[in-house]
Amino acid sequence: MDDARALPSRPRPRRRARKAQASDRRELLRDGAGAGSRAAVELERTWQDKPGVRGFLSANGHKTIGLRFVVTAFVFAGLAGVMGGLMRHQLATADSHLVGPDFYNQLFSMHGTTMMFLFAVPVMQGFALYIVPLMIGTRNTAFPRMSACAYWLYLFGGLLLFGAFATNTGPDAGWFAYVPLAGPQYGIGKRADFWNMLVTYSEAMGLMVAVDITTTILKLRAPGMTLRQMPLFVWASLVTSVMIIFAMPLVMLGANLVQFDRMLGTHFFNPAEGGDALLWQHLFWFFGHPEVYFIFIPALGFVSAIIPTFARRPMFGHDAIVLSLITTGFLSFGLWVHHMFATNLPELGKSFFTAMSFMIAIPTAMQIFCWIATIAAGRLVMRTPFLFVLGFFFILMIGGLTGIMLGSVPLDLQVHDTYFVVAHLHYVLLGGAVFPLFAALYYWFPKVTGKMLSERLGKWHFWLFFVGVNLTFFPLHVLGLEGMPRRIYTYGAETGWQTLNFVSAVGQVINDVGTLLFAINLIRTIFFTKERASADPWGAGTLEWSVASPPPKCNFFALPVVSSREPLWAPAAEVTHVQGLSAQIREGLTTTVIDALPDTRYAYPAPEIWPFVAALSVTVWLVWSIWSVPGFAWGLIPPALAFLLWYWPNKKEAIEEVEWEGEP
Amino acid sequence: MNGVHDVLAPAGPQALALFHLWNAMLVACVVVFALTMAVLAVALWRAPRAGERTRPDLDAHPRREATLRRSVVWGIAGSSVLLVVLLFASFFADRALSALPLADAVHIDLVGHQFWWEAHYEPNSPERTFATANELHVPVGRPVLIRLRADDVIHSLWVPSLGGKKDLIPGRESTLALRADRAGTYRGQCAEFCGYQHAKMALVVVAEPPADYERWRAAQRAPAREPATAQERRGLALVEQTSCAMCHAIHGTRARARRAPDLTHVASRGWLGAGAVENTPELRAEWIARAQKFKPGVNMPPLDAAPDDLAAMSAYLGSLR
Amino acid sequence: MGGRAVTRREATPASIPAVRKGDALDVSELPSYGFAHRSLMWWGNAGMMTIEGVAFGFMVVIYFYLRDIARVWPDAGRAPDLLFGTVNLAVILGSAWPNYRAQKAAQDRSLSRVRLWLYVCSAFGIALCAVRWFEFTALNVRWDDGAYGSVVWVLMGLHSFNLVTDVLDTFVLTAVTYSKPVEGKRFVDIAENCGYWYFVVLTWLPIYAVVYFGARV
Repeated sequence: MDDARALPSRPRPRRRARKAQASDRRELLRDGAGAGSRAAVELERTWQDKPGVRGFLSANGHKTIGLRFVVTAFVFAGLAGVMGGLMRHQLATADSHLVGPDFYNQLFSMHGTTMMFLFAVPVMQGFALYIVPLMIGTRNTAFPRMSACAYWLYLFGGLLLFGAFATNTGPDAGWFAYVPLAGPQYGIGKRADFWNMLVTYSEAMGLMVAVDITTTILKLRAPGMTLRQMPLFVWASLVTSVMIIFAMPLVMLGANLVQFDRMLGTHFFNPAEGGDALLWQHLFWFFGHPEVYFIFIPALGFVSAIIPTFARRPMFGHDAIVLSLITTGFLSFGLWVHHMFATNLPELGKSFFTAMSFMIAIPTAMQIFCWIATIAAGRLVMRTPFLFVLGFFFILMIGGLTGIMLGSVPLDLQVHDTYFVVAHLHYVLLGGAVFPLFAALYYWFPKVTGKMLSERLGKWHFWLFFVGVNLTFFPLHVLGLEGMPRRIYTYGAETGWQTLNFVSAVGQVINDVGTLLFAINLIRTIFFTKERASADPWGAGTLEWSVASPPPKCNFFALPVVSSREPLWAPAAEVTHVQGLSAQIREGLTTTVIDALPDTRYAYPAPEIWPFVAALSVTVWLVWSIWSVPGFAWGLIPPALAFLLWYWPNKKEAIEEVEWEGEP
Repeated sequence: MNGVHDVLAPAGPQALALFHLWNAMLVACVVVFALTMAVLAVALWRAPRAGERTRPDLDAHPRREATLRRSVVWGIAGSSVLLVVLLFASFFADRALSALPLADAVHIDLVGHQFWWEAHYEPNSPERTFATANELHVPVGRPVLIRLRADDVIHSLWVPSLGGKKDLIPGRESTLALRADRAGTYRGQCAEFCGYQHAKMALVVVAEPPADYERWRAAQRAPAREPATAQERRGLALVEQTSCAMCHAIHGTRARARRAPDLTHVASRGWLGAGAVENTPELRAEWIARAQKFKPGVNMPPLDAAPDDLAAMSAYLGSLR
Repeated sequence: MGGRAVTRREATPASIPAVRKGDALDVSELPSYGFAHRSLMWWGNAGMMTIEGVAFGFMVVIYFYLRDIARVWPDAGRAPDLLFGTVNLAVILGSAWPNYRAQKAAQDRSLSRVRLWLYVCSAFGIALCAVRWFEFTALNVRWDDGAYGSVVWVLMGLHSFNLVTDVLDTFVLTAVTYSKPVEGKRFVDIAENCGYWYFVVLTWLPIYAVVYFGARV
C-alpha cells in the first residue's frame, strides 16, 4: 500500500506518560492477532454491554443503538400505517361516518407527523448508525453516548406524542401545523403544544445523530479509505448528516417561536401586532424541503450499495454519483418556496424557485443513468433486494416527474393542496425511500441477525407491495385533477370522487397483505430458522461483509486497512490490518480527513446510564413547560444536573484510560 | 354542491392556459418515463444472469465504459434540454395568466372565514355594492378580479375549471383574476386546511350570459322582499327576535349583524352552509334547528324552536329570492 | 479498483506515524489524543457551533424580515439603552484574552496555569451574566409588545442561553481539573471550551449590532 511504504519504518523518540509504566503489574493486551487469540476474547469482553436493566439502559454500541432506532421506527410506521388505512377507508365512500371530522383531522396530522418525524428520518439514521462504522472499518461511532441519548429522546418524544393522541390531544393542524390555525388563537387546547414539543425532540435527536455520523465518517475511517475510496452509502450518510446540521435548527427555532406565541404572548406570527403568518411557512419549508432529502439521499445510498453487489461489478460513475449527491444536498436548500406558490409572494421570486426545482432533477437523473449503466454492464443476481431496487426505479421516476409538474408555478396553482400532491409525495416517499429501505432490510438482514430472510416470501412481498402502492396512489393523481383537495374528512356523492377513492382503498388492502407477508417472513426467520448465514452471503465487496454475521461486539478483531472501494473484491494489499489498539479499553483509531492516514488512538466513551437519565430529565422539562410558563425555566435544572453528571469523569474509567494514554 | 370541478375541463382562459401546460408536461413526462423504463428493461433483459458466488468483474473494459459514459452524457444533455423547454413552457403559461385583460372587470371582495365565504361585489362603489355568501354569479366573457382576505386562519380559493388557486392569508391581501368563457356552474372548494370543517367549505361560481347576470345583480342589490303570507310574516318576526339576528344580516329588516353569511337573498342560492346542505324548505328548517348535524363544528349554534316556528322561518327565508 | 497514488501529506510535527510490521500497521505508539482538528471533540464542537450559528443567523434574518413588513419600527417600545449593551461588548471582547491564555495553557498541558486562567474566565463569565441581567431591564420593550419586542427578546434570550451554558461549562471544567487523575483529553475539552467561548464572543457582535442599532437606523 502506497501510504504504508511512504511511512518511516522506525518510531521517533517520544515522552512516555509516567502512569503507563507504573502499571506493568497488569499486562496490557493489544489487538491485532486473529479471532481465537487471548486479545480477541478480551476484546469481546470489553465491548460487551453491561448486564441487566442498567446495562440495557447504558448501552452505547452503535449496533445496539442503530438497531433500536430501526425497530422503534418500524413500530411507529406500523401505527402510522394503520392510521393511513383508516383514512383510506373513511374516504372510500362518500359521506362516510367511519370517523368524525375531529378524529380524522388528528389522524392525518398524526400520520404525517409520525411518518416524517418518527419513522422516515430515524430509520435512515438508524441504518447509518449500524452500517457506517462497519463499512468504514471502525468499532463505534465518535460520540456513542450522544447517539444513545438521541435514541431515548426519540423514544420519549414518540411516546409522549402517542400518549397525547390517545387522550384526544393529538395534533390536528396537519404535519406542518400552519399558523394561525396552530397558533394561540385558533390552536385550542394543548394539541399544537404537543406537536411543537415533538418537533423539538425529533430535531434534537436528529441533530445529535447527525453530528455523530459526520464526525465518525470524517475521522474514524480505516487507514487507506481516502474520501475517493469511501463507499457511496457512506457518502450519502455524510451528505445527509451535513444537511441535517444546516436545516434542522430552523424548524426547531420556528416551533419554539410558535410555542412562545402560544405560551408567552409573543407576536412572531400575529399579523395584528406586526407578525406574519407566512413567516412560519418560510421557516418550516426551509427545513421541510431538505427534510425530504434527509429521507431520500440515504435511500439513494442504499441503492448504490446494493446495485454493485447484484450486478457483480463496481458502480459505474462512482465519482459522478458522489458529485450528484453533494449537488442534490446543496440544491435542496434552494427549493422551499415551491411549497408556497399559492401565496401572495412576488411572482418573479417564485419563478426562481421553479427553475431551482427543475434543476435538482439533473443530479438525480445522473444517478439513475449511472445505475442503469451499471446494470446494463453487469451480470445480474435477481434476488429480493435487487427486485426492490427495480421497483424503486419505476415508482420513484413517476414521483419525480410529478414533482417536476408541481415545480412549475402556474401548474402548481391547480394541483397544490390537492390529492395530486398526496399522490406525488407518496410516490417519492414510498418509491424513493421505502422500496430502497426494504431492499436494504433484505440485504443487511443476514449481517445483523445471522439468518437469511425467505426469498419466496420476499418476492411475494415485493409484488404485492408494488401492485398495492401503484393501485393505492395512482388514482389519487386523477382525483387531484378532478378537484379533490387535501385533508378533507369526507365529500359529497355529487363530486363523483367515490370510484377512484374506492379503488385506492382496495390497493391499500393489497399493501397490507404485502406488509403482513413481510412480518411473517421476519418472525419465521428470527424465531424458526436454524440455518446461519455466512459472513458474506451476497458476495458483496464492502467491509461490513468481512466480519461474521452477526458481527462480533468489537466489529473487527483487527481494524482493516483498505486500498480500494470494494476491499473484499480487490486483491489483498501488502498491509491488511491495524494492530496495537487496546483490547482492555474501548479503543479505536482516528485518521486524517481526506487521506485517512493514521492520526491518533481514540478511547470511545464507555457505556453509562447518564444519556438515559439526561433524556428523561429533558422530558420532564419539556412536559413541565407545556403546562407552566415558569416550568420552562425551573425545568432546566434537572437536565443541567444530568448533563453535569454525564460529563463528570468516571474515576474508574479515567484510571483505566490513563494506563493507555499517549501524549501527542 | 353541484358544479363542474375539473382541471381538465377548462371554462376560461386561465384554466385553459394551465390545461395546455398540463398536456405539454404530461407528454414530456410520459416520454421520459417510457424511454427510461425501456432502457432499463432492455438492460435487464440483455444482461446475463449470475449468482452470489460469481466473481465480480473488476476489469477496466475501456470501450464499454466509454460507450456507457457517452450514453449517460447524452441522457443528461437530453434531460437538461427537455427541462429547459418545460421551464419556458412554465414561464409562458405564467405570463398568459397575468395577461388576462382586466378592463371592465367585476370586482369582488372575498373574505374567508371558518367555514364560509363572504363576498362583497363592487366594494369601492357604494351605489353598486352588495353582499352575498358562498355562491358567486359572474357574467360570461367579462373578467372578475377577486380581492382575497382572511378573517381568521389561512384559506385558499380554488375553482379548478376556471383557474388556479390563491391563498387567503390573515394580514395579507392577494388577488385572483378569472374569466368564464362558457356559461355553467363551476364548483370550488377551500384548498388550505383551515380546521374542523375544512372539508365542507365549498363555493360555486355561476357563469351566466350578461343579461342574466345584470338581472341577478339588480335583484341582489334590492333589499329583502317583504313577507307576503302570514307564515312568512311570523317567520320574519322570529328571525328578528331569536338568535338569527345576532349573526346574520337581512337588508331592510332589523337583522343587521355581519358575523355570518348575508341572508338577504338566501333563497337565490342552491346550497346552505357552503355546500353542506341543499337549500330546500325541509332541509332549511333542519339546518336552522341543528346545523351541527350536517356540519359538526360550524359556528352556528342550534336553535330550540317548535316545528311550526321552524317552518315559518324556513318559509320566510325561502321567500328571500 | 486498485489503489491510486495518493499524495502523502506530511504528518504534523507532533504526530507519531504508525509503524509497519509485516502486513500490519502498528499504532500502539500513536498518541491517544490530539488538539484542534485532530480531536473528535473539535468536530463535535464545530457541529454544535454550526447548528447554533444557523439558528442565530436565521433569528437575525427574522429580525429584518419583521422590520421589512412593519410600517413603523420599533412597532412598540423604543430602542434599548446603549449603556449596558456596550459595557457587555467591552467585557466580552476583553474576556477573549484570559480565554486565549487558558487555551494555550491547555495545549501546553500545564495544570496550574489552566486552573488560574479558568478562574479568570469564570470571573469574567459571572460579570457578563450580571451585565446581561441589567441589559434585559434596559431593553425598553416587553416581549409581548408587538413583533419588535418579541424578536429582540428572543435574540437576546438565545445568546444569553449560550452565554450561561458556556459559563456553567467553564465552572465545571475548572472543577474537573481537581478530579484525579486528570487525563490528557480533559485538556482537549478545556481547549475546545475556549474555542466555543470565541464563538459566544463572535456571535455577540452581530446580535449587539442588530438589537441596539436595528431600531436606530
